[in-house]
Amino acid sequence: MNEQTESLSEKLLQRAAPGRVDFEDMVVVPVFAVIVALILGAVAMLATNVDLATIGRSYVALVVGSVGSVNAISETLTAATPLVLASLGMAVGFRAGLFNIGAEGQLLIGGMAAVIVGFSFAGMPTYVHLPLALIAGAVAGGLYAGIAGWLRAATGAHEVISTIMLNLMSYRLVDYILRLPVVQREGRADPISRSVLDSAELPRLLEWIDPNLRLHSGLFVMLVAVFLVYWLLFKTTFGFEFRASGANPEAARYAGMRSGLIIVIVMVFAGAMAGLAGANQTLGVLGRATPGFSAGIGFDAIAVALLGRSHPVGVLMAGLLFGALEAGGRQMQVDAGVSIDLIAIIQALIIVFIAAPLLVRKIFPWGFQKETRAGKE
Amino acid sequence: MEVELRNITKRFGEVVANDDVNLTIRAGEVLGLLGENGAGKSTLMNVLSGLYTADEGEILINGKPVDFKGPGDSISAGIGMVHQHFMLIPVFTVAENVILGVEPTGKIDYLDLKKARLQVREINQKYGLEVDPDELIENLPVGIQQRVEIIKVLFRSADVIIFDEPTAVLTPQEVTEFFEIVKSLRDTGKAIVFITHKLHEILDISDRISVLRRGQIVGEGDPQTTTQTELAEMMVGRPVSFNVDKEPYAPADVLLDIEDLTVLRENDDVAVDGINLKVHSGEIVGVAGVQGNGQSSLIEALTGLTRVAGGTVKFNGQNITHASTRARHRMGIAHIPEDRQRMGMIADFSIAENMVLDTYYDDRFSKHRVINWPKAYKNSARVAADYDVRMTSVHDAAGNLSGGNQQKMVVARELSRETMFLIAAQPTRGLDVGSIEYIHSRIINARDEGDGVLFVSSELDEIMALSDRVVVMFEGRIVAEFDATTHPLDKNTIGLAMAGAVA
Repeated sequence: MNEQTESLSEKLLQRAAPGRVDFEDMVVVPVFAVIVALILGAVAMLATNVDLATIGRSYVALVVGSVGSVNAISETLTAATPLVLASLGMAVGFRAGLFNIGAEGQLLIGGMAAVIVGFSFAGMPTYVHLPLALIAGAVAGGLYAGIAGWLRAATGAHEVISTIMLNLMSYRLVDYILRLPVVQREGRADPISRSVLDSAELPRLLEWIDPNLRLHSGLFVMLVAVFLVYWLLFKTTFGFEFRASGANPEAARYAGMRSGLIIVIVMVFAGAMAGLAGANQTLGVLGRATPGFSAGIGFDAIAVALLGRSHPVGVLMAGLLFGALEAGGRQMQVDAGVSIDLIAIIQALIIVFIAAPLLVRKIFPWGFQKETRAGKE
Repeated sequence: MEVELRNITKRFGEVVANDDVNLTIRAGEVLGLLGENGAGKSTLMNVLSGLYTADEGEILINGKPVDFKGPGDSISAGIGMVHQHFMLIPVFTVAENVILGVEPTGKIDYLDLKKARLQVREINQKYGLEVDPDELIENLPVGIQQRVEIIKVLFRSADVIIFDEPTAVLTPQEVTEFFEIVKSLRDTGKAIVFITHKLHEILDISDRISVLRRGQIVGEGDPQTTTQTELAEMMVGRPVSFNVDKEPYAPADVLLDIEDLTVLRENDDVAVDGINLKVHSGEIVGVAGVQGNGQSSLIEALTGLTRVAGGTVKFNGQNITHASTRARHRMGIAHIPEDRQRMGMIADFSIAENMVLDTYYDDRFSKHRVINWPKAYKNSARVAADYDVRMTSVHDAAGNLSGGNQQKMVVARELSRETMFLIAAQPTRGLDVGSIEYIHSRIINARDEGDGVLFVSSELDEIMALSDRVVVMFEGRIVAEFDATTHPLDKNTIGLAMAGAVA
């Protein structure tokens, strides 16, 4: 009997091959979504009197501008880095059942804090100053998001509403900070901060090829973050509690998990990631802060997290795609004279199709296994 | 009207859900369809109601073959189904729900609610249903909601009515009333199909019984002559014992000591009203009562899931009145919650993850907040094999398990660690005979090893079979107490106490 149990338990440890359905949801649907979005993008161009030749040229430019040269790849990665960082935070939130719309505001606050640390402390060595500035960004973003987390846990105020409000406040808060005498650049009347000192800048990576290549070491911060979030979500008790609370809050409570605490921790973590994305922009790309330097990254991050199915690796892939679309879109505007807004349309269409997997299945029936109704009783 | 299912075979991939099934449904007769969960009862009825198309075989109505392309065809042929989970809109009235989809309309699509109400009243009168057409669904108890489902079916002029596990959600009183309704439907010439896995019910109500096992009809029975034991054997495929063997009653120290416990509901109504109860090590105390008399709140208070308004709870001498859920869990209190899907497990998580849902943090499975997954997997596989949870791999989603196996998984998780006390709420609700037998034996086992067990169930048979002592809860209080070790339990006396009639 015991031996029998032993051999049975051995057998139960074997992992079945990943289901065909999982593969379809994770890979096939996104790929088809991108294809459909590109086709519909072309239709949109046709509708605005762009001729076929130009459409062809613009898609060539899209590819060339995103992966066609060292500069293009540099631009793609530069655009992808903050997107991936911010949407890693979103992904953790989604997993825990929290819809944090506030990445934009957290990104602004984090970026602002990083700038302030970045232009203060002259004479500090880079290996102290830079980490300090990055941590300042993460902490500021985390605390800012923590407000919404605390409100949710303590009062039940829904995080969607409170983070939207916090976004609006962050815009004006940044405007205000930028006009403070200690922050505003000397001799300027417009809201612009002092420049980040060299010791706090994220070092450029490809200056040895061409000083104009903007790719900076924020890339490594991002890759480490991808690994870290994966580890956090799937290997630690924190991640287990996050995922359990997201998948079935009631069962999590019955298992003795403390939902209020989890909400606050998740929001702070998500905010820290967004703050890090902001610091990445101000310390790596911009070198200063101006109103609206977040440029909608916090909102694109929502789309990236959804496209990446809230999985760190998926987020990385989706972030790279969105980075490529942005870099390629700029090239498209230059080469073919097509408006960069078209990229926004294509991005939006991708999200629409990702959100409607059944529609994609209908359009490409041959890409999927025939639907079988489960014989569950 | 007579409906005949001839040689029906239905496959899902490689799984044969129905294998060459023959079944006749006749007017003025209740056909009991008996089978364990997963035996293919629902699939067969879904074929009949047009949701599925059979791979082989045919359906004949009054001798003529018919072809159902969808539920609409089946409804217009006069076949109606009352599902286990009601399909009603809570904020609509009874009449509005009944006419949904087949609304009587006047000029320019004017909704003729007056006519609808009248029609509902007519059906009411004809079958003795007594449902107010103007009441909102959300204000009605479950038993009445079920009648609304029946009215819906009758309103669409069904001659064949299929009930899928209709008593699963009803209280004992509601079951009695429901049976009266079924009988009156039968007497007006309707053909009734009654699907269940409860043996005594099928013997009570059916005129004929067909037993389904693994997709095949394995036997037919005449309720006049068949016994529960024979039916159970047919259904499970092996002899089933209804008597549970227990060690002699040997209670030791008091483990759980509840004094004047008062618990409020969210709306500040009193749910538990000054209860006093002691549970000793090595005994099973059954809490009987119709659902909604404070049992759930009692359990939530004992497990730290809700705030206690007054009184104290001591466990093993320690005051735990305000201890957290986890603290109680660490003291060795195991809890099988009343709703496994909602409270006991996470359907999207793997079985292994569910197996450590409330132990992931302890030294066995994690160190410095990093979970040792390989160890957790191994442990899950061992426990699953030990507790007879049937599955292909511990990495499968728990939601894919059948109800019985999900419950066994929860029981395995709770009992496989070092426990001193077990709180079990409705541990066998909705399960098949085989799983019930197994879970009962595990609970008895815990008691024989010296655990204290507090066990809540709305199934009186179960309470009577397992308990050493029985308390009856009514409106938040313990209104009666019975000691099975000194006097044999009497079902009627307990039943009366459940209804609030205390001598």
